Amino acid sequence: MNRYRIRTTTSRALLLVFAFIMSAFFALPLLWLLTAPFSTQANLAVKIPETPSLANFEAVFRNKFAIRALFQNNLIIGGGVMVLVASVATLASYGLSRTRVPGRDVLVYILILFSSVVSGTAAMVPLFLLIFNLGLIDTYLGVILVMTGGLLPSGIFIMRDFVDSIPRSYEEAALVAGASSFRMFRDVAFPLVRPGVMVVAIWAFVNAWGAFLIPSVLLRSPEHMPASIAFYSFYTEAGTPNLTLVSAYAFLYTIPVLLLYLIVNWRFGFRFFGGIKS
Amino acid sequence: MSQITFENVVKRFGSVVAVDNVTLTIGEGEFVALLGPSGCGKTTTLRLIAGLELADQGRILIGDRDVTYLPPAARDVAMVFQDYALYPHMTILDNIGYPLKVRGVSRAERARRVTEVARELQIANLLERRPSQLSGGQQQRASVARAVVHQAVAFLFDEPLSNLDAQLRLEARAFLKHLQNELGVTTVYVTHDQAEAMALADRIVVMRLGKIMQIGTPLEVYRNPANTFVASFIGSPPMNLLSGTALVGQGQFVMDDETVIDMGEVYRRMSRPPLDGQEITLGIRPEHITIHAEPHPHAIPGQLYVVQPMGGETLVNVRVGSKLVTVRLFQDEPPALPDQVWLKPALDASFVYGADGERLS
Ligand SMILES: Nc1ncnc2c1ncn2[C@@H]1O[C@H](COP(=O)(O)OP(=O)(O)OP(=O)(O)O)[C@@H](O)[C@H]1O
Ligand SMILES: [Mg+2]
Repeated sequence: MNRYRIRTTTSRALLLVFAFIMSAFFALPLLWLLTAPFSTQANLAVKIPETPSLANFEAVFRNKFAIRALFQNNLIIGGGVMVLVASVATLASYGLSRTRVPGRDVLVYILILFSSVVSGTAAMVPLFLLIFNLGLIDTYLGVILVMTGGLLPSGIFIMRDFVDSIPRSYEEAALVAGASSFRMFRDVAFPLVRPGVMVVAIWAFVNAWGAFLIPSVLLRSPEHMPASIAFYSFYTEAGTPNLTLVSAYAFLYTIPVLLLYLIVNWRFGFRFFGGIKS
Repeated sequence: MSQITFENVVKRFGSVVAVDNVTLTIGEGEFVALLGPSGCGKTTTLRLIAGLELADQGRILIGDRDVTYLPPAARDVAMVFQDYALYPHMTILDNIGYPLKVRGVSRAERARRVTEVARELQIANLLERRPSQLSGGQQQRASVARAVVHQAVAFLFDEPLSNLDAQLRLEARAFLKHLQNELGVTTVYVTHDQAEAMALADRIVVMRLGKIMQIGTPLEVYRNPANTFVASFIGSPPMNLLSGTALVGQGQFVMDDETVIDMGEVYRRMSRPPLDGQEITLGIRPEHITIHAEPHPHAIPGQLYVVQPMGGETLVNVRVGSKLVTVRLFQDEPPALPDQVWLKPALDASFVYGADGERLS
């Protein structure tokens, strides 16, 4: 009994030390992101600056190209991808979950396999040609469509789990109560899968927010470039980054994602409903 | 308030025939129970009426209207689901009011009618809550309220009491029957509990493997079960079914273990008695057997197995050959019995079934 207790205590302590090292490993870059933008010296050390200053942010805001990239282009592309992926994934997964389509599981898996190719490096040339022939080179729409195509299969896959977990009797009760299919979807099915829609929406937004390859291939003019590319405007001509400015820009870069998460969580909540007995 | 008619309805799921050529008329204002073991097609029959499943063959009529291919919304029935299916994101008020809302009833009128129904069902104080904040019994009432709030032509219940504990179930049973008496709406009620069906229904439809085995009032199916399936399903404890051979010439019934029962009187009374040597099943209800400590004319010997006091009555199990026979005594005090006992069946209350399980009379 005593021996056992000692053993569990030591293993607990070891586990704690391990957990601490692991979290420090992941937390350091985040801490750097919180301190570096406010320091005047450019280096990679995590140190609370003695005289915090906002000078870096002033410099960043003077860079019109980078600011437009972040607060216009990224929002348009991210928002477009988010809305498109969330709505199409919801409808598609609902359809897949509620109808008996032969071989639907195979279909979804094949789509997921292909999607990693579709948005990956291998497909860049055909995608470029496709978008070129559609006349969508250097447009937001072109980028949004390609990213949506890449994210949709996984989005459908995530959504289907949510839709599958909702008992059909809710929908059937609404139909018998006299609702049309559309009305039933709006009043009952959609509110019930909304936590899933929110998860997929934020996931799609974050993915689009950080995308680099697709916009760099499909966009031409500087005024359309997203923030991930605008980072390079804080590099010197020799190719070395100006760390204070990069950190300040990175700080701004994370804020919309955090805000979106907080707003969605506050407004809709990632909560689940309990209602069905048994 | 309409009659519901099934004409040769068939519903298949792949190779499973869930509803097998069912023809049935449920009268206006009638309370009909669909009774049968798990998987016999009760729920499917109910869902066919609601329009949640479409028939593969046959016709379904509600009133004079052929609804076979109409969507659920056009059928104007109300259904209470086994899991209640109260929308978890709406308050109880909105839940009960939903059928009114889709019919375009104004908010004020909706609130008025919901409150009225809720008061009647004693859940008026719960209207602001979410379904997850209600007890099982309260959820059950809320889902019944949602069904009765608009004037549906029929009520459909799918085992609405199966999630309640025994005490609450008896209460809810009485309440449902009272409500139906009061509203007089045609009601189809699915259950696998024969006591529930007996207590509630005007008529019982006993089903097995998608087929109707018998239709009748509770008393009819109890007194005259048409086949061994109904005989064993209706009544608690179930009827004793003894298989054996009919020796009509000697006026005897020889059980599989050679026990002999004198049945000359029974054979003589039958218009179509079994053939000599035919395999038959003799059915006797537990209350139609008397038990004796001494040998008795026309009694069969057996070994006392157990005595089960049930409160108002006592059940005695006796081993006859390889078979356990149940005897029901309407006395609260368990009788003092020796190991060797004699059973005397009241043969004029017995049933004879042929090898196919159908009744011979
Ligand atoms: N959607 C479905 N897909 C495939 N088979 C089904 C489906 N619904 C029902 N079945 C089958 O049809 C038969 C009848 O099912 P049903 O649900 O009507 O039985 P039940 O009498 O209500 O049983 P229980 O008392 O268990 O609820 C069963 O064999 C069942 O497996
Ligand atoms: Mg069922």
